[in-house]
Amino acid sequence: MNRHAITSLFAAVATGGVFGVGIALSGMMNPETVLNFFDVFGTWDPTLAMVMVGALLVTAPGYRVIWRSNAPLFQQRFLLPTNTAVDKPLVFGSALFGIGWGIAGFCPGAALPALGTGRWEPVLFVLAVIAGITLRRVVQSFSHSLIKRPA
Amino acid sequence: MQNQRDLEPNVNTFLELGLHTALIGGALIGLSALLLMLLHGRILGATGILSGLVFVNDREDWSWRAALVLGMVLATVALGLIGGASLPMTVDASPLMIIAGGLLVGVGTSLGSGCTSGHGICGLARMSLRSLIAVLVFMTSAAVTVFVIRHVLGVGQ
Repeated sequence: MNRHAITSLFAAVATGGVFGVGIALSGMMNPETVLNFFDVFGTWDPTLAMVMVGALLVTAPGYRVIWRSNAPLFQQRFLLPTNTAVDKPLVFGSALFGIGWGIAGFCPGAALPALGTGRWEPVLFVLAVIAGITLRRVVQSFSHSLIKRPA
Repeated sequence: MQNQRDLEPNVNTFLELGLHTALIGGALIGLSALLLMLLHGRILGATGILSGLVFVNDREDWSWRAALVLGMVLATVALGLIGGASLPMTVDASPLMIIAGGLLVGVGTSLGSGCTSGHGICGLARMSLRSLIAVLVFMTSAAVTVFVIRHVLGVGQ
């Protein structure tokens, strides 16, 4: 591995570290804090909203500054999502995600750093998320092969 | 009368979470998204990162994802060591609920192409209509779910 690649990986570790500290300080690693934000008619806690405000205050202007360059530091070009359609998978998928989040109190971004706390709950959650991703891939490739099969 | 704070171990006050730490934490999350964009040109979407980690595309692609997640985990390990006590985590969900929730999150985020970090932070920062819709839908969906669980079924309270 050349020096460029090693620097790139260290930079990624550092980036993950910043994210992890941010998640921990924000309280998003605590399902109780997260779920209380959604408990509009009960023990409401605005913390989640504050976290998003804090994040957006940084990313919204920051992205604009970064995109003045032609390319990122360690890749050939920026790899941004190109899909702009508001379609059924987006809406249905988001609805399912919300239900799962509301049941478990974890979302993937919060659970990944939480793996370092030694608690079993984030581990179980992440494994279940992986299972869910796998399930969706299996169903997707199965339905694709059905379409391709000659009549 | 002794102040409640005097009775708590000192280490816990370092990680005393509140709205101020929420704002700072959020800003750090935002900063990490900027760093990933600046360095690797990508959206910081946790589900996509996890997915690419498990379902490997190529070695280089896997490496930066693994490094990122390693950093995330090292951060909480370090905070745990510095803070002494573990970071607060109150989980009312039973193991079955965690599994069910996780499965739904896994299916939902792959269908909907993103989660809170991908759509909620990065997508909104890009002013993506797709992400705005996604955020509105999953926030509403989560709120309805919590209402049903806590106030209709009376679970976990």
